[in-house]
Amino acid sequence: MSHATTANQATGHAEGQHHPIKLYLVIWGWLFVLSACSYLVDYLGFQGYLRWFLILLFMFVKAGLIVGIFMHMAWERLTLICAILVPPVAVLVFVGIMIVEANYTLITRVVFFGAGP
Amino acid sequence: MANPGGPAIARPNDLKGFSDDWSSDQQVFKTASWGKVMMWIFLLSDTFIFSCFLLSYMTVRMSTTTPWPNPSEVFALEIGGKPVPLILIAIMTFILISSSGTMAMAVNYGYRRDRVKTAVLMWVTAAFGASFVGMQALEWTKLIREGVRPWGNPWGAEQFGSSFFMITGFHGTHVTIGVIFLLIVARKVWRGDFDHERHGFFTSRKGRYEIVEIMGLYWHFVDLVWVFIFALFYLW
Repeated sequence: MSHATTANQATGHAEGQHHPIKLYLVIWGWLFVLSACSYLVDYLGFQGYLRWFLILLFMFVKAGLIVGIFMHMAWERLTLICAILVPPVAVLVFVGIMIVEANYTLITRVVFFGAGP
Repeated sequence: MANPGGPAIARPNDLKGFSDDWSSDQQVFKTASWGKVMMWIFLLSDTFIFSCFLLSYMTVRMSTTTPWPNPSEVFALEIGGKPVPLILIAIMTFILISSSGTMAMAVNYGYRRDRVKTAVLMWVTAAFGASFVGMQALEWTKLIREGVRPWGNPWGAEQFGSSFFMITGFHGTHVTIGVIFLLIVARKVWRGDFDHERHGFFTSRKGRYEIVEIMGLYWHFVDLVWVFIFALFYLW
């Protein structure tokens, strides 16, 4: 990091991220493989917890590759990484709240309308 | 510390550097320009918008007493007289990922000040994006013909239609805006605005190749949102 900043100061003109093109091609390939895997989950008809686990696994690995490499988050300072990636944790709390709420709504509907899922 | 507030300070990238970055009245983001940071913060807000859509989808799907239509069958296409599940969605996924790949390379060539390759790769990205929107229009047409409406559909829970149109519609809008944004920036690259530091029309700031990376952040985000929609709406 300090290397990059001194280089910036030295040239005054060079800016931004410099990585070999090969890196992007490799990541592109991996994203293809992972997408094919998530498609196969549906094509092969996996069900239950295995299906959900695999879907979420491939989803998060793909998201990590896109944010980390393509969006260059891996080379940013910790300050920016935290400023952007920590707030979405609140969404997980929201997910927890809405799971409780949805279950409550479902129970209410079943009890009062008598329809089972 | 010798140069407080300056744009580029060599400082450790650990917790100590983290707390130094945030403290004592100075520029927080040392290595990212204001433009890049503003794009990141916009994307963070957009993250919350899409999170709310996906959350409301989760909530209605969990709380409905009628069964949810099986996306694997709803989005199947007949190929050679046999239904192939989710095939169009899979193709759209690969197209969007490819567009992300070409965008990442465009950013890279932009920083190498390779005007022609940057512009061409951005046009390729825009073409991928436009074909994605085209396929989405095809998908919408098919579903609307089959009777899917925001208030009902032939296969099960009514909320399926409203969730589908809201989530994919908002994502498609983002892709469309991205294609327009891409074409505008690609034109500037092609014209050599960033080589001659030509002043911008609205901002009258000097043109820099960094705008290609900022544009790229937006484009990758659109791809990122699709990763989540693909997993949570189509595959779940």
